[in-house]
Amino acid sequence: MIDRITMSTAESLIFFSLIAAVTMFVRFLPFLIFPEKKETPKYVQYLGLVLPYAIIGMLVVYCLKNASPLSYPFALPELISVASIALLQKWRNNMLLSIGGGTLLYMFLVQVIF
Amino acid sequence: MAATPGNIRKKALKAAFPYTIPVLTGFFVLGLAFGILMSSKGYGFFWPTLVSIVVFAGSMQFVAVGMMAGGLEPLSIILMTLMVNARHLFYGLSMLEKYRGTGWMKPYLIFGLCDETYSILCSTEPAEDVDKNWFMFFVTLLNQIYWVAGSTVGSFIGMAIPFNTTGIDFALTALFIVIFLTQWQSLKGRPSALIGILCALACRLIFGPDGFLIPAMLCILLTVTVLRQPLEKRYDRS
Repeated sequence: MIDRITMSTAESLIFFSLIAAVTMFVRFLPFLIFPEKKETPKYVQYLGLVLPYAIIGMLVVYCLKNASPLSYPFALPELISVASIALLQKWRNNMLLSIGGGTLLYMFLVQVIF
Repeated sequence: MAATPGNIRKKALKAAFPYTIPVLTGFFVLGLAFGILMSSKGYGFFWPTLVSIVVFAGSMQFVAVGMMAGGLEPLSIILMTLMVNARHLFYGLSMLEKYRGTGWMKPYLIFGLCDETYSILCSTEPAEDVDKNWFMFFVTLLNQIYWVAGSTVGSFIGMAIPFNTTGIDFALTALFIVIFLTQWQSLKGRPSALIGILCALACRLIFGPDGFLIPAMLCILLTVTVLRQPLEKRYDRS
C-alpha cells in the first residue's frame, strides 16, 4: 500500500504516549487550576457557558481549512457534501445517516468525480 | 426496587444508554474510519484499539496518523496536540460544577471528556431518581466503548480489504457539522456559534491553513469577553 510509515515500534509507542500525555494534561488542567474546594470565578463560569458553541463553529472551519474556492476543484466536493449533510439532517435528524451519507458522498466525489 | 448499589448502577445505565445512541452510530463510523486509515499505513491489529483506549481524542487521532509520516518529532507532536485539543480546556471549564463531588469517578470522567460526551453531559440532566454520577460515568464509558469497538473492527476491515480510503476522514467533518446544526437549533447559542465561525474564518484567511487555530481561539476569547454583557443577558433570559 501507499506511504507506509518508517517509525520503529518503540518510536511509534513514544509518539502515541506523547499525544496521550498532552491530551490528558489539557483535559485535567482546568480541574487542577480550579479545585473543588474553591468557587469558580464568575468570568470562568461565563466562558464555560458560551465557548462550547463558538468552539464547534471553529472546528467546522478547521475541518474545511484545506478547501480552496480559488483553484480546481473550487471546494465543490466540500460544498456539495456539507449541503447534503445539512439536508439529510433536516430531513431525518439521524446522526448515522447524515454522517455516513455525507462521508460516502464526499469519498465518491473526490475519488471518482473530481 | 430496593436501592442496592447494583440497582442504582443498572438504573443509571438504562437512563444513560438512550442518550448515547446518536454517538453509538457516529462513533462507530468514525472509529471504523480511523481503524481503516491506520491499518492502511501498516498499523493494523492492536494499534488502532490501543490508541483509541489510551488517547481517546478523535480528531487528534486522525491528525496523528497524518503526522506519522514526519517521524518522531516530539516538539511538533506536543504543539500540534496542544493546538488540536486546546478546546478541551473550555470543556473542562464548563464541567467544573457538574463534576463536583464525583469522587473516584472524577479522573475517568475528565479523561473521557471528548466532544460528544461533553455535548451530552452539558445539555442533559437525568431524571431525579437516577444517580447523577453513575449516569455521567456510563455516558462517558459507553461512548468510549463505541469508539474503541469501531476502531478495532476498522483495523480488521482495513487489513482484510485494502481499498481506497481517500476522503474517509471527512466523517469527522460531518460529525462536527451535525453537532453544529444541533446546537444551532438552540437559539441562545447562535451568537457564540457565529463568533466561532467568523473568528476562525478570518484567522484562516490571515494566517493560512496550518497556523490559524491558536489565533482563532484567542480571537474567540477576546470577542466573547468584549461582548460579555449582551451575551450573558441572552443566557439569563432562557
